[in-house]
Amino acid sequence: MWARLGSGLATLLALLAPILLLCLAPWWLLVALLLLLALWLASTRLGHQTSSVTQVGILTIPQRLGSSLVVVIGIAGVVGVLVAVLAMGAGFEATLKQTGTDDTVIVMRAGAQTEINSVLDHDSAILVAQMPQVQQGAASVPIASPELVVVASLPKKSTGLDANVELRGVGEHAWELHPSLKITAGRKFQPGLRELISGKGARAQFANVDVGSTIALNGQSWSVVGVFESGDAFESEIWGDADVVGPVYRRGSSTTSVTVRLTDRGAFEAFKAALASDPRLKVDAKTTRAYYSDQSARLSHLLRVLGITIGSIMAIGAVFGALNTMYAAVAARTREIATLRAVGFGSVPVVVSVLLETMLLAVLGGLIGAGLAWALFDHYTASTLGSNFSQVVFSFEVSPPLLWLGLKWALAIGFLGGLFPALRAARMPVTAGLREL
Amino acid sequence: MKYLHLILSALLRRKTRTVFTLLSVLAAFLLFGLLDSVRSAFANAGNDVAGVDRLITVSKISFTLSLPKSLLERIGGLPGVTQVSYANWFGGIYQDPKNFFANEAVARNFLDLFPEWQLSAAERAAFRNTRTGAVVGERLAKRFNWKLGDKIPLQATIFPQKNGSNNWTFDLVGIFHEIDPKQRDQEDVLFFNWDYFDEARAFGNGSVGWYQTRVADRNAAGRVAQAIDALSENSDHETKTQTEQAFNASFVSQFADVGLIVAAIMGAVFFTLVLLTGNTMAQAVRERIPELAILKTIGFSNRSVLALLLTESVVLIVLGGAVGLLLAQAAVDALSSSVGGMLPMSAVGHEIWLRGLTLMALIGLLVGALPARRGMRLRIVDALAGR
Repeated sequence: MWARLGSGLATLLALLAPILLLCLAPWWLLVALLLLLALWLASTRLGHQTSSVTQVGILTIPQRLGSSLVVVIGIAGVVGVLVAVLAMGAGFEATLKQTGTDDTVIVMRAGAQTEINSVLDHDSAILVAQMPQVQQGAASVPIASPELVVVASLPKKSTGLDANVELRGVGEHAWELHPSLKITAGRKFQPGLRELISGKGARAQFANVDVGSTIALNGQSWSVVGVFESGDAFESEIWGDADVVGPVYRRGSSTTSVTVRLTDRGAFEAFKAALASDPRLKVDAKTTRAYYSDQSARLSHLLRVLGITIGSIMAIGAVFGALNTMYAAVAARTREIATLRAVGFGSVPVVVSVLLETMLLAVLGGLIGAGLAWALFDHYTASTLGSNFSQVVFSFEVSPPLLWLGLKWALAIGFLGGLFPALRAARMPVTAGLREL
Repeated sequence: MKYLHLILSALLRRKTRTVFTLLSVLAAFLLFGLLDSVRSAFANAGNDVAGVDRLITVSKISFTLSLPKSLLERIGGLPGVTQVSYANWFGGIYQDPKNFFANEAVARNFLDLFPEWQLSAAERAAFRNTRTGAVVGERLAKRFNWKLGDKIPLQATIFPQKNGSNNWTFDLVGIFHEIDPKQRDQEDVLFFNWDYFDEARAFGNGSVGWYQTRVADRNAAGRVAQAIDALSENSDHETKTQTEQAFNASFVSQFADVGLIVAAIMGAVFFTLVLLTGNTMAQAVRERIPELAILKTIGFSNRSVLALLLTESVVLIVLGGAVGLLLAQAAVDALSSSVGGMLPMSAVGHEIWLRGLTLMALIGLLVGALPARRGMRLRIVDALAGR
């Protein structure tokens, strides 16, 4: 009884240790292990035996093409779905994370979690801009942009139904605060006129927001005079002059936020303290980088959890499928394996060769799945409801770390699917195997 | 039925293989149950039967703009309108932004528009008479362990009080229960009195977020909606009125094309499942060719061999799939209250079971088709000789 317990524990250990290794080890460790394995196969006697058995196994795969393809495609499916869902979350997070820098700060009313919930009156906006930590530009004018964020309802290209787009009224210094912003078509809007410019993402998602179109807002017509690109979440918005947008939305001269550039990034704490100590102001300040990455936190966390859950359930299904197939493969080669063992090959070469064969098929499946996900989904644009109740356009990001993760999952599934059949092949009694029809 | 014994013995021939196949089918249908519950939650958002005769009126420019309270009497006076009420989104936070749930300031008669919410007369009266009273749904109350009489503090994100503070405190005077089990997520909401809200808030006094109207005849809903919008035409507060269903559908469609995503994932899952199980079935039949030949020898016709093999594969898939859906049902019941704020999940009910069973039968037939055909077509002499 103790012997069985012992062997059971040993099997469990043999199962868990490599899985943990795959999960935790950095890539160079795994590559080093691979090189060690190759060295072992090439130089030791046991290694030679293993490599010859593995060669025979791999060369006879065409005889078992059906079942081998099944393992490859099954694992490809798991890896493909996993990488695609995680790429969705990563893309959304990346779009929002790279929006914002450490030296620009967004100031909103105290307690407001997002711009659309905030209201700042004109006087507060001026007070904030006059703080000493705010950088001054030409003619000693502080680089501050009081901005008004509202939501407009426009029909979407894909569904024809109305969806919310973020309309941002900006101040005259907005261009200095967004150095990555470039006008790619048309021109900037003229302050004081009812003119708008659309972001690249907004133009892709909504109908009638291209250069030359007219949008009706509260009975007045506004013309779109340009398109801009900025490589971040602002591309999902439409911009106009805050002083003209305000009256349309009955806000008068109040705004939702003020964005300022600090003299340098170290000045943030001093800026926050100065704002807190002024009794006339009830505001919260955050660096734009912190603000935008918080916005993405909830949804990207949800997408990550979803991806891992779906991937895990699919992986469990794939493991059992692979187990089935490999058990059948081993059973089909019973006589062959028995002959090898009768001839003198030990159990280690047999076990390792079956494992290697399965993991090779798994790697192939993983590469196909990851490759498909990359080919189909990399830079695929999608949009969803952001935290300001308006559409945020983002693109899927199939990055190398994600592809590597998919490959690791494939290896893990291959390992789990191949271990038990390999052990059974090694423990099969030789005489019974030789008699097998 | 009399051949059930044959089918079972075929399945139990290699127990490990059957168990593994059952487990992979189980995994596939567990995923199906979970994803379909999310998809149908999105598709049915707000589509309860009682919502058919309710209209929502918001500002035409943007639903974040408010409307004047004066519209109340004018809407109420329109023909075809039986009841009208108003509400305002509050957006308060309870302790932590992660504990998100909807909270709204509503008029005194608001709850009367929702007959599908069960609330005792005493609690309704308490809500009307208590200035700082609040009513929550049962599921929300269970989530935070609230009992009647508790004080619930909310941190305002949009509406500070006149004295500058963001702290609003309410007394829990009623807990309502949604009749339709598929609309249980309607219970994740807190209502409090609009009068208290309007009195205490720092700005926007006298304006409401939206109006909700009950119509006498649901077929006239479109006409009444147009009449309501005509009241505010060419004013500075133009409105857009739609049925509750249309409003919710357009909101949901902005989140994501959930149907497409779920269909794509399940397509990939079922494709690999068909491959894996098909391979296993083909193997199983290949092993049993001599036995099938003997069955034919003793008198089973070709058609009955075909039927036997098809039934075997269908039974295998249905067994694994049913257990998978049961697990999914248990998982959704366990998860929906805690995850419900982030991702709506509807309970695994009749519709999902029906869809699941149909899929199981289809997949079973697909998986068994080729092996069954082979079994049907085998020639007795060749099969017995092992050729």
